[in-house]
Amino acid sequence: MLKIKNLHVSVDGTEILRGLNLEIAKGEVHAIMGPNGSGKSTLANVLSGKEDYEVTSGEITYNGQDLLEMSIEDRAREGVFMAFQYPVEIPGVTMINFLKTALNANREYHDEKKMGAREILKLVREKAKLVEVDDDFLRRAVNEGFSGGEKKRNEILQMAVLGFKLAVLDETDSGLDIDALRIVSAGINQLRNKDNAFIVVTHYQRLLDHIVPDFVHVLHKGVIVKSGDKGLALELEKQGYAWLKEEAAAASS
Amino acid sequence: MNTKQHFISLFEGIEQSDSPLQPVRKEAIETFSQLEFPTKRNEEWKYTNINPIVEKNYSSSPKSNVTQEKINEYLLEQTPTNVLVFVNGLFCEELSKIEKQEGIVICNLNTALEDHREKVTKFVKETTNNKEIFSVLNTALLQDGVFIHVSQNKVVENPIFILNISDSKEPFIHNGKNIIDVGENSQVSIVENYHHIQDGTYFNNITTNVFVAQNAHVYHTRLQMESREAYQVTALNIHQQKNSTYTSVNLDLGGGIIRNNINVDLQDSHIESNLYGLYLGKDKQLIDNHTFIDHAKPHCNSNELYKGILDDRARAVFNGKVLVRQDAQKTNAFQSNQNILLSENAGVDTKPQLEIFADDVKCSHGATVGELDSGAMFYLRARGIGEKEAHILLRQAFVAEVLQFVKQESLREKLEDIVMNHF
Repeated sequence: MLKIKNLHVSVDGTEILRGLNLEIAKGEVHAIMGPNGSGKSTLANVLSGKEDYEVTSGEITYNGQDLLEMSIEDRAREGVFMAFQYPVEIPGVTMINFLKTALNANREYHDEKKMGAREILKLVREKAKLVEVDDDFLRRAVNEGFSGGEKKRNEILQMAVLGFKLAVLDETDSGLDIDALRIVSAGINQLRNKDNAFIVVTHYQRLLDHIVPDFVHVLHKGVIVKSGDKGLALELEKQGYAWLKEEAAAASS
Repeated sequence: MNTKQHFISLFEGIEQSDSPLQPVRKEAIETFSQLEFPTKRNEEWKYTNINPIVEKNYSSSPKSNVTQEKINEYLLEQTPTNVLVFVNGLFCEELSKIEKQEGIVICNLNTALEDHREKVTKFVKETTNNKEIFSVLNTALLQDGVFIHVSQNKVVENPIFILNISDSKEPFIHNGKNIIDVGENSQVSIVENYHHIQDGTYFNNITTNVFVAQNAHVYHTRLQMESREAYQVTALNIHQQKNSTYTSVNLDLGGGIIRNNINVDLQDSHIESNLYGLYLGKDKQLIDNHTFIDHAKPHCNSNELYKGILDDRARAVFNGKVLVRQDAQKTNAFQSNQNILLSENAGVDTKPQLEIFADDVKCSHGATVGELDSGAMFYLRARGIGEKEAHILLRQAFVAEVLQFVKQESLREKLEDIVMNHF
């Protein structure tokens, strides 16, 4: 589904990703872990098409297409869903109006008939159960005045309503207490199936207790220095990142 | 000064010795001749140069042949119960529609002057501000206007529309005065609407006084879509009594130079005053809103939200003064001015002013000037919404915050359409 080859990315002239390689097939969940500043969020941002991230070399192919050539909206329409670490507040745009506009923009792209207000409300209400939000939530402005937990639940709700093939969860666990984390990860688990894939970017192992990954990759100084199964995450939890840094230093000397 | 002489000769041209207003007008023109037009050295006019307005040679009430079909295009409701139509400042009885209702007087000022001679003359005299040159000019050259009187305990179900059409290639001036007098425990909604048929240069100098008696509720909407070559100077004076509510929503979309002065006088306790405004400027438009809210007594609330989107070389001015006098304890006064600049040549001068002399109050003010939120743009696009549609959604959201205060749904939707089509 996704092939990242030798990806180099700079922000304001500073190289953050330095030759990253990653392959993801459908049905898989990949966790990307690593210390602060290792380039985790940069990877997520590059996938979503955020400006100010300059790809200096390398390539990203998504279902056979050159992802880097695609506009922000086309990536989304083709099924790349970015669950943001810090979702943006949009005063004046109600959740339901936002979901309706987004859903119909996606449907239009795929030559599907636009959905009417009633049909959409029905769909949204159904999906809202996944993350335990009610109708009041749908009448509020997008993320405005939402608590940390509500913002993350909102990301998952959008993921469920709009659909996706590849979901990128950027530090979805940050700022969540254990109850919110349970709700959010239960929602995510219900959306997992054999045809979609996840990239779970996280600093902590705890999230991976709930969303069990098939692969764990450790990112350090812009490259993946180690890959393994879920056991690697537990190892990191116990020992921190220091030993990896030493290992990386030893390998490069 | 030359420019003043022009207005004085206009006065001499319309002198009507038989009018009951003549002494009031004469006094006004005398005061006018003693005052000077403000320059940018005057703090209240620092950002707005009025020379282009006062240096023109105006005629008054040019002829027009506006038809009913044309009028219908500008109506904000398909079949309004009450609509007063003015073309180039002249009241058009045949284009207007006034339904006789008990307890309500709706008519043009000149008719009111015939029917209630003393009362209206007194109103005109008392609502003339002898320190304001545009106010005395308004009285001196007064042509017509609206007179609405709602007696006590009367709920006027449907909005009263006032439609002002300008249709002339020749520069003309119109001085209009509106008097809205709402009795105790009554409710009314007034919708003023300014349109133009030709892109002419003209000057509408409008004064409106609204008297809101005890426990009365007034909703006041104003949609201004003047010609880009036209000028409008307005003074809106609100006088509120105990337990009353006044809400205005001001939409300025047109005009070359627009200056609105709103003064709210909260004379008693438990009054609520809401001032909302939206301005959209393009080309070289200048839209200047000055508001003054005077809290004199305790337990009153005032809410003020003015928002603007400015493109090209358009400029806006917002000056919002809130005075909380020593007696006005437990006042809640909130004010906010938010601006989006779509072009680097567009600009805004915003100046919130709070003067508080009471110690137990909740007051806040804030002003923002920025671009369309790029973070929000990205977020919308990351959900598959195209760039153009995302732009529309964000602008719609920005203006909706003001338009939501238009209570009547059909009117609000109509105004939303007009605003969105204006972009």
